[in-house]
Amino acid sequence: MSRMLPYMLLLPATAFLCLFFLYPFSLVAIDSVTRDGVYSLENFQRMAGHWKFGSAFWNTMLLAAAVVPVQLVLALTMASIVSKLQTGRSTILYIFAIPLGISDLAAGLIWLSIFEQSGFLNSFLVGLGILDKPMLLLGYQTHWIIFLAIVLAEVWRATAIMMVILVAGMGLIPKEYGEAAQVFGATRWQRFYKVTLPMLKPSLQTALILRVILAFEVFAVVVALGGTQVPVLMSETYQWQFALQDRGVAAALAMVILGVSVAFTLLILRLLHVPKEARP
Amino acid sequence: MTQSAVDPKIRRSGRWVFVTGVALLVIWVLLPIWLLFVNALSTPEEVAAFPKSLWPSFDLASLSFFFGFSGVADALLNSVLVACATMILSIGIGAPAGYAMSRFDFAGKELFRFLVVMTRAFPLPLLALPLAVMFIRTGLDDTILGLALVHTTLALPFAVLITFSLFSGIPLELEEAAWTLGCTRLQAFIKVILPLAAPGIAASAVFAFVISWNEVFAAAVLTIENRTLTAFLLQSLDVSPLPLKFAGGAALVMPALIFIFAVRKYLFAMWGIANR
Amino acid sequence: MKNQTKLLSGLAAAMIALMAGPALAEPLFWSTQAKPVEESQKMRADVLSKFSGGVDYQASDEGPWRTRIDAELKAGKGTITVLGGLHGELSGLENNLVDLSAIDHVSIGDGLMQLGKLGTSEQKYIPWMQATYLMAADKKALQYLPQGADLNSLTYDQLIAWAKATAEATGGPKFGFPAGPKGLKHRFFQGFLLPSYTHSMVSNFRSAEAETAWNKFKELWQYTNPASTNYSFMQEPLLTGEVLIAFDHVARLADAFNKRPDDFVAFPAPAGPKGRAFMSVIAGVAIPKTAPDMEQAKALVSYMLKPETQVATLRATNFFPVVKTDLPADLPPSVKVSGPAITAMTEAKDALPTLLPMGLGDKGGQFNQVYVDTFERIILAGQDVKQVLNDQAEVLRSLMKDTKAPCWAPDAASDGPCPVN
Repeated sequence: MSRMLPYMLLLPATAFLCLFFLYPFSLVAIDSVTRDGVYSLENFQRMAGHWKFGSAFWNTMLLAAAVVPVQLVLALTMASIVSKLQTGRSTILYIFAIPLGISDLAAGLIWLSIFEQSGFLNSFLVGLGILDKPMLLLGYQTHWIIFLAIVLAEVWRATAIMMVILVAGMGLIPKEYGEAAQVFGATRWQRFYKVTLPMLKPSLQTALILRVILAFEVFAVVVALGGTQVPVLMSETYQWQFALQDRGVAAALAMVILGVSVAFTLLILRLLHVPKEARP
Repeated sequence: MTQSAVDPKIRRSGRWVFVTGVALLVIWVLLPIWLLFVNALSTPEEVAAFPKSLWPSFDLASLSFFFGFSGVADALLNSVLVACATMILSIGIGAPAGYAMSRFDFAGKELFRFLVVMTRAFPLPLLALPLAVMFIRTGLDDTILGLALVHTTLALPFAVLITFSLFSGIPLELEEAAWTLGCTRLQAFIKVILPLAAPGIAASAVFAFVISWNEVFAAAVLTIENRTLTAFLLQSLDVSPLPLKFAGGAALVMPALIFIFAVRKYLFAMWGIANR
Repeated sequence: MKNQTKLLSGLAAAMIALMAGPALAEPLFWSTQAKPVEESQKMRADVLSKFSGGVDYQASDEGPWRTRIDAELKAGKGTITVLGGLHGELSGLENNLVDLSAIDHVSIGDGLMQLGKLGTSEQKYIPWMQATYLMAADKKALQYLPQGADLNSLTYDQLIAWAKATAEATGGPKFGFPAGPKGLKHRFFQGFLLPSYTHSMVSNFRSAEAETAWNKFKELWQYTNPASTNYSFMQEPLLTGEVLIAFDHVARLADAFNKRPDDFVAFPAPAGPKGRAFMSVIAGVAIPKTAPDMEQAKALVSYMLKPETQVATLRATNFFPVVKTDLPADLPPSVKVSGPAITAMTEAKDALPTLLPMGLGDKGGQFNQVYVDTFERIILAGQDVKQVLNDQAEVLRSLMKDTKAPCWAPDAASDGPCPVN
């Protein structure tokens, strides 16, 4: 009975995922390696041969590299603040969690209203006298501003997800550990670094994996702010699937996204390995 | 928080830094949302104007346009139902798996974890076609349940991984202690583990709700008569005039904010228990 | 805790009740058109409400639209009764559409009906509404018009001079062009710029004349608001004043004319050495093989062609009727402003009508992409014009070979696939 228990607990989830993910996924995966019904790598060749593929790939990587570390630090800060607060904790936590409820489409819209030429940022800069007339921020000549706007929007939108996971994780760390460390004269920073962080590993791992995977699928915010100026893997997938109506190449791109995500997941699992005996 | 050893002056300045930091973060989160509402509550002329004001004129024309749509009430109900069903399904299916992964070592564990991660790493729009074919054939098409099943696929990885990390953080000794006191495995789980894990479970339930609430693509393909509010409004936003875009965005954000506000109690009520 | 259980069981009960609810009998009109919320609302309330039994009008993005119809065709049964889409969106579905030649279409021109055959021998869709592209300008910009230029017979050179003068006088580039992700830029190159210089859309793609055309556009781009790469609809930048002169689809300019009819003028697209090329936009209605009720579907298609439906559609979408009909006097300002400009363009002495791509099947998107890529490489990435045209011509050539599509106007008719010289 006891040996079967884990499998019984996993059964519903496994069955569910097989039916609603693995089955449709395998159909799409077959699409990616066939052309007109025969096995072929042409889809991947076409994908890699397109002049935008390289920049789409690197833009995606660069965005993830710029966004995720900032989010990690910010989420840890927010979570620590929440766990330190004596009064108003649930109000602050609610405010920090608000972006959770905002879809990427809406977030793109919000940040567009800030960065567009007659938007809030220009109003602010002109109002302060820094600019004498509104400046074009999201033009194709100022790629770096587009990039910065996307990073800000993504950090704003998707940090809450990590924060809430970390808050829940911090709640589980027994207070005694920190108090014990204090007795031995550990500073606040030492306590955070030597006690909180290691104890937080499981939550940290989860938060990072989920966040990194979603970062590789960044799409709506990028399109809202950068148009076709900043191609990313997901926007190219859409392009091939719907505008160019080439399902094979779209499937190939999707396999690339999957491959990258899996590689980084394995990396995070290795870097943040939680040895069995060290678990609390 | 006793810090008797620290000079009160340093403590006061540290406190000041802390408060400023919190205030800045609160502004960072709230300001963009405020701007969305400023735009949603302004007249179309004001939305097109420059420079923009930070205070809206409380013109309800754009917002009320959406509520004049026939079928908005139904769509709202559909959205809520799909989101609730997604929440229940993903926790009901995901939490046991998360628990199993945290407590047992068994063959195939890594494979399962891999499957879960993969689910989230594959672009949904490509899966929509085979899923829609399957649903049309089985009659699940255009039902609340059918859409909830797809949204559960999106939310399940969150549920499994979050509950896994939560249960991993709860010392096994607590459970073992309960067993030695005569509890069965199930009783121990319900009496000891569940209360500790509740905030995290609530958090992943909130994710599930929000993921479902904001999902457009599958909703647009899989529902026709039973449109969700998101599919009803959001997918046509990118081609609508700006004032309506903002109003539509606000109309969609508001219910999600209310939901998070309503459940924040469950999110954090258990804090005290966990943090004894 | 008890309350929660109650709530949950209540929800579950409500859900079961909802799922068991019978499907409505209203025919589903699955469309990519009239997607802006205001327009779809008007389609439901003003255009389709008089069809007996009512119509469920659903407009969605091309992605979900296509996915849904593909899924129904694959599953072999469906709920979509009538499909509405642009010519290019319907092409590619031709093997799965019902022949509509039995529908009464006497009042629709033969040229339009020919497009609806999608290169087959059957009537795959019936034209539903049409539109075209126009230029629009803020009246403030008229003072910078070059000497001797007539708004109704502008040339590309004059447009460039005008854009330049406007930019210099106002301190920034004020020409606007919908080069954003949802913008219809490819139609400008296919149907306006290139044919005006080369009298061709496909065959002379990499000719010396085409090079001239692209270099002219490069010149114009200097006076084009760089934010153009974000614009999908020109009505908004016109209204905010970011742009004073613009080119776009009439329906995507409409908001500007409707909001401030006295501030904007509409006028024909400019002319090049080979004439004043322009392209029409055709949307059609079609019936998929999986439609649940064929009779009802055909009745709905016929209903869409009634003169009063067509006029109501014009009011809702700013697309013009395909049937000959007298337009009432009380039309919205956008129609009143754009109507005369369209006439001036189509009936100009140097008018050079171009057709939408034909016979490309599901490769229409890739055809458009050739022009978009050419634009992005030459204009945005600043690559060598000749080199880019040579590269892209190869892509175009293999596309024409794959689809075996013969030439369409303004290219001379061809035996076999349209050649790329």
